[in-house]
Amino acid sequence: MCFQVSAALRDGHVTPTELCQRCLSLIKSTKFLNAYITVAEESALKQAEESEERYRRGQPLGVLDGIPIAVKDNFNTAGIETTCASNMLKGYISPYNATVVQKLLDQGAVLLGKTNLDEFAMGSGSTDGVFGPVRNPWSYSRQYKEKSVPKSHSEDEESNWVITGGSSGGSAAAVSSFTCFAALGSDTGGSTRNPAAHCGVVGLKPTYGLISRHGLIPLVNSMDVPGILTRCVDDAAVVLGSLAGHDPKDSTTIQDNFKPFELPNLTDVSKLSIGIPKEYHAPGLSSEILALWSKAADLFKNAGAKVIEVSLPHTRYSIVCYHVLCTAEVASNMARFDGLEYGHRSDMNKSTESMYAATRREGFNDVVRGRILSGNYFLLKQNYENYFVKAQKVRRLIANDFVKVFGSGVDILLTPTTLSDAAPYTEFIKEDNRTRSAQDDILTQAANMAGLPAINVPTALSERGLPVGLQFIGRSFQEKQLLTVAKWFEKQVKFPMIQLEEVKRHDHGVFQHQKSASFS
Amino acid sequence: MRALRLWRGLRARPVPPVRALRSAVPPRPGPQQQVTAEVLGQLEHLALVDFRDAEGVERLQKAIRFADQLREVNTDGVEPMDSVLEDRCLYLREDDVTEGNCTRELLKNAREKVEEYFVAPPGNIPLPKLEDQETFLQGS
Repeated sequence: MCFQVSAALRDGHVTPTELCQRCLSLIKSTKFLNAYITVAEESALKQAEESEERYRRGQPLGVLDGIPIAVKDNFNTAGIETTCASNMLKGYISPYNATVVQKLLDQGAVLLGKTNLDEFAMGSGSTDGVFGPVRNPWSYSRQYKEKSVPKSHSEDEESNWVITGGSSGGSAAAVSSFTCFAALGSDTGGSTRNPAAHCGVVGLKPTYGLISRHGLIPLVNSMDVPGILTRCVDDAAVVLGSLAGHDPKDSTTIQDNFKPFELPNLTDVSKLSIGIPKEYHAPGLSSEILALWSKAADLFKNAGAKVIEVSLPHTRYSIVCYHVLCTAEVASNMARFDGLEYGHRSDMNKSTESMYAATRREGFNDVVRGRILSGNYFLLKQNYENYFVKAQKVRRLIANDFVKVFGSGVDILLTPTTLSDAAPYTEFIKEDNRTRSAQDDILTQAANMAGLPAINVPTALSERGLPVGLQFIGRSFQEKQLLTVAKWFEKQVKFPMIQLEEVKRHDHGVFQHQKSASFS
Repeated sequence: MRALRLWRGLRARPVPPVRALRSAVPPRPGPQQQVTAEVLGQLEHLALVDFRDAEGVERLQKAIRFADQLREVNTDGVEPMDSVLEDRCLYLREDDVTEGNCTRELLKNAREKVEEYFVAPPGNIPLPKLEDQETFLQGS
């Protein structure tokens, strides 16, 4: 917990270098999770030393000084390889820091490394990157093992592991397994909230335009946002505070002045109006999650809040709409990868075009290539009106649904985040990427369509012993209200801490700071 | 109380059967039922990415069928939405050079360069058509 660990750093109970070393050591012993693509050990230790010096002088830069963090590998990080889990960018050393990375470093955060993802953030399982899939730390938790059918061979345990969700799976796994205190993800269709739900961590998708995308390798320019993954809502607020605000390098960030805030401890929810969108009772929603959602609604009602059913009639089209707009923007954004200025370059040199074609053939996986081709199809002159423009019109309808609901007095929407708990990897890969994305993004996608802030709060464990989260969607730029409600909810549900062997082994009291703060 | 009835409703309502979203709406034959070879070739040329095999083409077909669901939505009189921030002004900064001079940094990531130039193979040679692809790209 940032607050607790921050206090510990300030009081000298632990030093930044100790903290950094513990985390690096834990990363090594949890290597089987495959959460990290690059571990920047040397630079991290150097940053930790500099932080220690500042604490010694009594001049820490802020709450984040000395706090180990991880960053999804689609953010540019100067001097550190940035791959987007693709062959196209293997070996690419960014010459600059993404704005959000720079902001964290300016606050003294210690960058431990880059986390694994689906290739170019396309996917909902973190299974489709060239560095292999990410394993959900909860697969190895006592809670999950206890609920699994007892098997005598360790081999079966090996094949039993569940996915993290995606595409920011590495970041979610890193935070969930205590290897860092906060991580950056990205969220275009739910890529931060989905893995947050499956890994039992807080995943915040801020309002579009609040946080700079400069340096975030783009997927869909009109929907991408940097996402924040932490173990508690308070931490998310702290990280948000250091990242939000206008960036002259990103013209899609709003000019309004952003004031970082501390979350009040809400005690009275009677003035709140919670909306329950009935369309989120989607096909495939597990009965467990349905029950949990219902229970959560009861929780608010019993505490005095006004809880009403609302309708967002175009919800079911948001995935189709996303499919068209996403592939179209991807077709455009991926055009920059031609091997000429950076990244992979094919040996083919008969002509420029054939070099480009060969480079892209060698560099992109099937998912990426598929989306590029679909996107180009929808953008063909004969299809433009019927697909691309049509999708843009449907987008407006989706966004208007939210405007109507919020305009009618609802403050916050409460929905499930995922259709079920995390699936075993062997099950997940039975369907192709696009089908999975279409299924899994259904509850998270609309918030991206409308640009609204949304947050996953870990709620309870499923019957299989895996995390299940619920989602809150707020009004544009009303993160404070959203997080305040999320914090209240988090306090009520008291989500259990993961019981991981590896963490216990490394726990020489350092991680106690988090444990004590995780419980209210 | 209405609110109370709701939760019971949520609980009482049977969970809808699992159906993949794409099959929730039966695929309708659109004007372009099968993508022609000509269009496939055009796409490969535009995207400079190849379908590689029949699976790739099938993937596109599925994607189109999926997208066809948009037809069901009535969008008469609805304006397309480019950006959720459309109600705000996009500010332009002054046309002053504030950074740059990082030629060496930028060239570091390029594989083939000469002095301060990125080196490309000869241009103005059109990519061969679909049929000729295999032989041409055999060199890669």
